[in-house]
Amino acid sequence: MRKCSLDSVNSVFAEIAKAAALYIPADRTDGSAVYTKWEEGVVWSKALNTVRSPKDFFFPQMENLMEFRTSGKNIEIVDTRSEAEDFVVFGVRACDVKSFEILDRVFLTDPVDSYYATKREHGAIISMACTRPSETCFCKTFGIDPAEPAGDISCWKTETELFFQSNTEKGAALLAKLEGVTEECTEEAVDAQKEKINAVMAKLPLADVTTEGFGGGKTKDYFNDPAWDELSEACLGCGTCTFVCPTCQCYDIKDFNTGKGVIRYRCWDSCMYSEFTRMAHGNNRLTQKERFRQRFMHKLVYYPENNDGLFSCVGCGRCLAKCPISMNIVKVMKKIGGENK
Amino acid sequence: MNNRTETLIPKIGVITDVRIDTPDIKTFRVVTPDGKKAFDHRPGQCAMLSIPGVGEAMFSITSSPTNTEYMEFSIKKCGCVTEWLHQAEVGQNITIRGPYGNPFPVDDVFAGKNLLFIAGGVGLAPLRSVINYCRHYRDRYGDIDIVYGSRSKDDLLDYKEIIDEWAADTGVNVHLTIDNPQEGWDGHVGFVPNYVKELNFDTNKTAVLCGPPIMIKFTLEGLCGLGFDKTQIYTTLELRMKCGVGKCGRCNVGSKYVCKEGPVFRCDELDELPSEY
Ligand SMILES: Cc1cc2nc3c(=O)[nH]c(=O)nc-3n(C[C@H](O)[C@H](O)[C@H](O)COP(=O)(O)OP(=O)(O)OC[C@H]3O[C@@H](n4cnc5c(N)ncnc54)[C@H](O)[C@@H]3O)c2cc1C
Ligand code: SF4
Ligand code: SF4
Ligand code: FES
Repeated sequence: MRKCSLDSVNSVFAEIAKAAALYIPADRTDGSAVYTKWEEGVVWSKALNTVRSPKDFFFPQMENLMEFRTSGKNIEIVDTRSEAEDFVVFGVRACDVKSFEILDRVFLTDPVDSYYATKREHGAIISMACTRPSETCFCKTFGIDPAEPAGDISCWKTETELFFQSNTEKGAALLAKLEGVTEECTEEAVDAQKEKINAVMAKLPLADVTTEGFGGGKTKDYFNDPAWDELSEACLGCGTCTFVCPTCQCYDIKDFNTGKGVIRYRCWDSCMYSEFTRMAHGNNRLTQKERFRQRFMHKLVYYPENNDGLFSCVGCGRCLAKCPISMNIVKVMKKIGGENK
Repeated sequence: MNNRTETLIPKIGVITDVRIDTPDIKTFRVVTPDGKKAFDHRPGQCAMLSIPGVGEAMFSITSSPTNTEYMEFSIKKCGCVTEWLHQAEVGQNITIRGPYGNPFPVDDVFAGKNLLFIAGGVGLAPLRSVINYCRHYRDRYGDIDIVYGSRSKDDLLDYKEIIDEWAADTGVNVHLTIDNPQEGWDGHVGFVPNYVKELNFDTNKTAVLCGPPIMIKFTLEGLCGLGFDKTQIYTTLELRMKCGVGKCGRCNVGSKYVCKEGPVFRCDELDELPSEY
């Protein structure tokens, strides 16, 4: 384990930024935090939860896939893929780190999505143990320990110091580069910090939310639950919950004519939109209830059924904070299945 | 440059023949620029075709895998991509990627069985691939019955091939029907599900159903009424698709992605899925 004083954290950032683009959570004027490219003068936010999740770095909201040049009846396909530059995302919470395991199982299974895979290879994640979890946090529900975040390097912050522990080869190589700006240390301070975090977590309002009753094989039990009507009644179908979610991975593929050629790109899509499943002969999810049910059944039943019981929610709390009608996955988990769970 | 393979990046396909089948269905023959098949496939599998700037859409490969020279697609005009294709001429380049989805179990489950193919409208497209595969390996299968119906005589797809080739084969029985009486038509008149009941098939067959959802529903009921078990009946599902490989999250019914684990399903497997298709 290595450490540096919080006063000298900028020299650590500067060292990392020498070899790779570094992104850290920085404060916005409204008090929220957003990942910002570090350069001299960018200040690390005290808030841990970023408005947008770090999935942006690996599965961006919009990304070009290829280009086409057409002349007469002929088409030429231009492979515009390039090797990604090395980059480091700093300050990723334990829940958000876990979200990459969920996305990996989608994008890295055969056939591997090369756009995502390249970014995963070139990106390093420096996680941060949660000192100040928010009222909307419920990562523990999904077996995530906010005091033991994974990632290439894990960090813990105390009042005065920042501690580093590498977990992967990539992390070890990165930490080795920080030798000049960090020093070797024992784990005592970190152990004390972990205890503190756990004490805070136990007192959170959502500490008792449980996945019990959910998981694969529950489709028949929950699909026709009458509670879906009430839960989805006010849903605006705005898609906010899917866009802020670190584990939502649905995408659309679209073409854009630049005048000189055609760019085929992909962008985030949302199962909450009526267009999502519209076909020439109709739509298999006609009402918002069906779309709403899809989002939560996918996270709590379908995904775990296909992925060894792993849920597609990490309890990051973003959808709880951002839904304009205050609907969210916690309310769904409490209601669906009712008493019989 | 990135040297990995990427399924979303298509190949160039060249349209080498366009056949007008019905007022709204055309069949397109597609090869690569050097005149080969774009890739191998199994009966029932699909491909993503696109025209840059217009869009990409999924279509059944209607030609049989035993055709080693080209692929064919029977395409019904109903939106951006399909309308654009309908005005395309021979020599037009398009893009193609695939094959996607699970095929019909022609080499194991179907082997040695009597086969009953039932199609409505453009639903014949995926079945034509299987039918011609089974005709190619005729001695591997028992009797073949084909029930095919459309709105009118002019709406029957592959009419010439059905009459000249399929109906001429020994052990292959073709039963055509159209929805309403029409001048010049002395064949059967009526909807497919009713015709299937009238034909009163023996249950010692494996059945394959393709067509509009409503036709599938009633034909399935009809077959069960004749004593067929759902484990003897196969069908295909059609949902909106974008990626074709189970990643864009669009085509699932319950925990199954139709682009990957379908489009071919055995009817008893469908009962395990929520009714959202
Ligand atoms: C596995 C599978 C196999 C298939 N096999 C075949 C086959 O062999 N032959 C065949 O003909 N078809 C087949 N299809 C269906 C085919 O994929 C569709 O017909 C095709 O996607 C239509 O594409 P399009 O661009 O022409 O239509 P779109 O332009 O996508 O339009 C589809 C419908 O939605 C409406 N629509 C679309 N976008 C909008 C919008 N923004 N606003 C309002 N309305 C909109 C259109 O009006 C139209 O009615 C298959 C589908 C699947 C999933
Ligand atoms: S569903 Fe909500 S709480 Fe769960 S990971 Fe997504 S945004 Fe976070
Ligand atoms: S954020 Fe809320 S209102 Fe918007 S789609 Fe999600 S559940 Fe519905
Ligand atoms: S088409 Fe993308 S998941 Fe099936």
